Parts: sequence; C-alpha cells; structure tokens
Amino acid sequence: MTHFFRLPRLSWRFVPVWQRNYLVWKKLAIPSILGNLADPMLYMLGLGYGLGSLLPDVGGMPYLTFLAAGTVAYSTMNAATFEVLYSSFSRMHVQRTWDAIMNAPLTLDDVMLGELSWAVAKSLLSGLAILAVIWGLGLYGHFWMTLWIIPVVALVGFCFGGMGLVMNALSPSYDFFLYYFTLVITPMVLLCGVFFPVSQLPPLLQSVSAWLPLTHAVNLARPLVVGNVPDSIALHVVALLAYGSLGYVIALALTRRRLLK
Amino acid sequence: MLKARGLTKRYGDTEVVRGLDLNVRRGECFGLLGPNGAGKTTTLRLLLGLIEPDGGSIELAGIAVPRHAREARMKVGVVPQMDNLDPDFSVRENLLAYGRYFGMEKAAIAARVPELLEFAGLSNKADAQISQLSGGMKRRLTLARALVHDPDILFLDEPTTGLDPQARHLIWQGLRRLIADGKTIVLTTHFMDEAERLTDRLAILDHGRVVAEGAPRALIESHIEPVVVEVYGEGMEDWTRTHASQVCQRYETVGETLFCYTDSADTVIAALKHAPALRYLHRPSSLEDVFLKLTGRDLRD
Repeated sequence: MTHFFRLPRLSWRFVPVWQRNYLVWKKLAIPSILGNLADPMLYMLGLGYGLGSLLPDVGGMPYLTFLAAGTVAYSTMNAATFEVLYSSFSRMHVQRTWDAIMNAPLTLDDVMLGELSWAVAKSLLSGLAILAVIWGLGLYGHFWMTLWIIPVVALVGFCFGGMGLVMNALSPSYDFFLYYFTLVITPMVLLCGVFFPVSQLPPLLQSVSAWLPLTHAVNLARPLVVGNVPDSIALHVVALLAYGSLGYVIALALTRRRLLK
Repeated sequence: MLKARGLTKRYGDTEVVRGLDLNVRRGECFGLLGPNGAGKTTTLRLLLGLIEPDGGSIELAGIAVPRHAREARMKVGVVPQMDNLDPDFSVRENLLAYGRYFGMEKAAIAARVPELLEFAGLSNKADAQISQLSGGMKRRLTLARALVHDPDILFLDEPTTGLDPQARHLIWQGLRRLIADGKTIVLTTHFMDEAERLTDRLAILDHGRVVAEGAPRALIESHIEPVVVEVYGEGMEDWTRTHASQVCQRYETVGETLFCYTDSADTVIAALKHAPALRYLHRPSSLEDVFLKLTGRDLRD
C-alpha cells in the first residue's frame, strides 16, 4: 500500500477536467440548481419559521438566523459530498471517463484535482444560494461581513470534497455511499451545531464535536452571519484545510491502487 | 519510434511482464499478439507511462517514459479496449472536450472536427448522443478522438473486438489510411487475420515475454510447414495412430481434430482416400498455426 503514496504533483492540466464537468452541468443547470438548492432552503425556512416561532432565542439570536448560518455550512457540505461521491463515481467507475482523460497528458493527480475543484464550485453555488436567502430576508448583522462567508464556503467545499474522494476510491458501488451518509454525514449534522447549539450535547459528545470538520465550518459561518469576527479563525481554517488535503492525498493513493486492478 | 528494453512488471508475486524487448520503427504498423493474460494490456499501459515498470527502460517518440510520460502522451493517440466515450456529450462535443485535455485551443480543435468526423464516417452524426451510436460508430469515434491532436503514434487495444464484419472492415480501412499518412501504429489483437492483414511486423507474447517477432509471412515460413490438413470425423483417433506419423511431418490433435503439418498435402490426401468416413480441410498454414504452436492449445482463462 505504502508505495501508492506520494505527494500530489499539481499542475494546471486539471482545468480542462473542471471545464468538462462545468459544460455537462450547464446542459442540465436549471433542474440541477432546483434539485440541489431547493431542498436545504425548504428545510431552513420550514423549520426556521415553524419551529422558530415556538422557540426563544437560540444561541443569542432568532432561531431562523441560527439555522440559516448552520444551513450555509450544511448545504455546502452536502453539495461537495454528493458531487465527489455519486457524480465522480459515475465518471470514474461507470463511464470510465477518467481512463479516457488519463490517456491524454493528464495524471490521476490532475483528474482528481479537477474533480475536487469542481466540488468546490458546486459548493460555492449551493452556499451562495443560501447566502442570497440570508440577504433577502435580512438575517445578517453586517452585509460586508457576510461576504467573508464566500471563501468560507469554498473552504468547506474543499474539505468535504477531499474527504468524499476517499469514499469514492473505496466504493464498490453506489450503495456503499449510504454508509458514509448514515455513519458520518448524518451524525455530523446532529453533532456540529447545525440545528441546535453544541452546548446542548453531553460533555463527551461536545469533545467529539470539537474534532469534526463541520463544527469548524459552522463556527466560522455563524458569527459571520450575525456580524461578529469568529473566534480562533486560524484553527478552523487549518482544520478544514487539513481534512480536505489529507483526504485528497489519501484518496489519490487509494484510487491509484484501485485503478491498477 | 518506440523502444522498450528489459521491461518487467510485477503485481504482488505474479510477474506479468518479464524482460520484454520491443522496437517499433517510424511509419510501421506493429502488432502485439498473445493469449489472454499474456501481458498485452499491461505492456500497453507501461509503454504509455500509465503504470511504472519494476525494471527496464522505455523510449516513446524519443521521450523517456515514465519520467516524461506527459510529454510523450502529447504525441500519442490511444484507442482503449473498452469504449470510454463521454456519454454526457454529443459526438462533436466529445472531440472538442478531448482536444482540450491536450491543451488545444477551442478554435484549433473546432477546425479539425469536420475532418475527424469525415474520417470516422460520422459527418451526419455530429450532434448525435453517444447512446444513439452503434458499436462500430462508437469505435470509429474513439479512433477519431485519438487523432484529435494529430499524434505521431497510435496505440490500439483490440480495436475490432466485438464488432461485426462490416464494421471491422471500416476500421481496417481507416487504419490503412493512417498508415498511408505515415502514422506509426501499435495494436493488440486476438484476430490473426487482422494481424496478417494490417501489420508490417508483430510480436507474439506469452507469459510476459516475446516468444517470436517478425513479419507475418516470415513468421509463418520460419515456424510452420507450408500446408495444413485438418482431419476430423468418425475414426480420427484410429487413423491418427495408424497413419499420422507416416504421412505428416508434424501433427497435433486438438479436441476432435487432427492438425497434420506438411510440405506437400498429396500423400496425406492420398492416404485419406482410403478412409471415406473422415472429412478433411486442406489449406495453407497461417499465422494462427504459428500462434497456437508457440503459445500452446490449452485454454487460457
């Protein structure tokens, strides 16, 4: 296994891979946007207004605002995860598009960087849509502060794109991804302060939560929505970068091994 | 154009390629033949720098591989065994997208598209979806796609497997056009008629080694008697026991057929006159006889 590991050799050759995915997406943009974005927005507005009207302030803000900030992180995570799981898997395993591309002067490093950067683009789209709702409903503290959410969203996309690529490398079929959602993504959504503050959790789970990437995403996004400078910015940024980069490097080694078989 | 020296590749404990030497000249059509598992596809992947050899050296279009595989692949077009056209794109978009992987400008690719479509016989299918194409059309498009960046050398992995005879002839026609244009071609195949028809020289691989190399006709002449009589039918075994060693220079039985190799079939046929229950086929020896002699007749799975 060890000899499949080596540092990624990055090059600009990943751009045509990104562009390929963009051109395909463009053909089906409208249903894709609706499908990807309507869902988190409905949850956010439904729960935010419905549940929110029953609740006092949560975490020092109206529940809708609390939830909107969580939804930015959560829908971004989902967008990146879905892209590198189902869509990348189709291209790698079912359609053999990666094989075709690697007969051109591209390496697996380029192809997977293209996939990762495309996942970031999809995350941006998803995050921006939620941000637009936040702007539209006036759920923010300072408008200029909310612009920082855009790079945060890209970072979150990078983090979960890199992690998801590991699952992509390991998966024998689409069914396998269900484990990842049931065992990783869903618990994370519940543990990382998307729907309710982490302080509501028992101490043990709180300390687990502190290590999870989505917690770092929420801890960056929520203060920016409310209009505060987040605490420990460097820690959160480094954590998200680390999860994403580590995921990419491990996924590269695992995929290299997979494609040799 | 392509040189490989002492190439080896191991997967775990199995040595898939074992000290392989190859030399393909510019403008030549070179065939790689071998039973399943002989190492043909692994060899192609090594030559392209897609996997790293455990030993040996490769020079592709004058460039060291795998060290400079990227640069080398700029000069190579590949037609893989399994169709991997992009199903999310139309015929034309497949060519456009593929050109971009080689760093070509959109305008430069677009200028080449009509010529490539004409070559593939798909001029009237430019906007068709991949799922609407027949197997032969898909293979022709894959061939056209491999030419998008005007490579010097083409690698084809079993280019006509799974195609009907008409579609095979169209592919052969296309390949002959490319050879006439001066392209160098390396192809693997299971079809002996394809190899005899297309290649200038070929190498027969078995167990990861070259067991014979040369022009198809020269290989037949140097390895096999010129004539074969295939004998089959009721009583073949008895006849083999009583006559084969006297009338054949060399013989083999495979299943229910006796292959009798000889310089002249006259004595064999004269002897067969006295065994009316037996049927026979008299033919010149072919590449297939060489192949089977060198790689054995046992089934490879």
